[in-house]
Amino acid sequence: MSRFVIPLVLFVVLVVFLAVGLRHDPHEIPSPLINKPAPAFQLSQLKDPSKNFSAGEMKGKVWLLNVWASWCFSCREEHPLLLEYARSGAVPIYGLNSKDKREDALSWLGELGDPYVLSVSDLDGRVGIDYGVYGAPETYLIDRNGIIRFKQVGPVTPDIWTEKILPMVKELNK
Amino acid sequence: MKRAALILMLFSCLSLSIVAKEAQPSAADPVLEERVMKLSRELRCLVCQNETLADSRADLAEDLRGQIREQMKAGKSDKEIIAYLTDRYGKFILYNPPVDPTTYLLWFGPFILLLAGLLFLFRYLKQRRDLITEQPLSADERRRAEALLKTAQGKETA
Repeated sequence: MSRFVIPLVLFVVLVVFLAVGLRHDPHEIPSPLINKPAPAFQLSQLKDPSKNFSAGEMKGKVWLLNVWASWCFSCREEHPLLLEYARSGAVPIYGLNSKDKREDALSWLGELGDPYVLSVSDLDGRVGIDYGVYGAPETYLIDRNGIIRFKQVGPVTPDIWTEKILPMVKELNK
Repeated sequence: MKRAALILMLFSCLSLSIVAKEAQPSAADPVLEERVMKLSRELRCLVCQNETLADSRADLAEDLRGQIREQMKAGKSDKEIIAYLTDRYGKFILYNPPVDPTTYLLWFGPFILLLAGLLFLFRYLKQRRDLITEQPLSADERRRAEALLKTAQGKETA
């Protein structure tokens, strides 16, 4: 009997490991910034560079910081979704325009629409590094106390929006 | 025509692999650059995850090398720079995984498997040895065996 049971058990264990491994996205690296304060920054606004914006101004609000760039292919994919999310008014979305030319970024927003309350220009990508950005688009959910609660690498899909972000926003706004 | 295109494609791959050598030190200070490259070899490029920061030509890798260079110029130690990077990107950025509770399985798993295999092997061998315990022949069996041997010897000499 055990002649068959042992190989069968080993086989099932192997299948489970492989199944888990295949579903695991190796590009998703756990961020050490979850539940840590969002790194402070002060950058000039994309639409009006004479004005600054700093993360500190958002104290007391739950908000999303979305890292985007006109050169980023997946951002184009994510963009119509962001417009929809912004229209729903569930949570304000701010943009961190990463390593972009100002005119490119502006023409992208002009052409595709602007889901952001405002965007700031991270010309040299320094703030991106502070946030541990390694593949735009990335989206951070930041709570009233300026703590990062959730990070999405890659486009915020409708599934992630409804199952992860919206419930968390509701919880954090309580 | 198709063949020519194929050959061309093959060659273009070849030339790519030739181009993809380690990023060259650029700045004027070779000692500093050597230090930057040495540290970069211990760090992972997060975009192309099987490459070190030193090997990678990804934009982010270049930026991070720039950061390392800047911080070295500012007099930071290698340890401080590694702390700066792991604070932002996690331990994943270390090309050599450190030994800590999250990596115990990685470091010690193979040895556990080896140990389990050895235990299994010893148990199996012992079981087999137990199965073939020697039993002395009974008087009757001995007589039969002798008879058989005798006839066999008789045939040989014949």
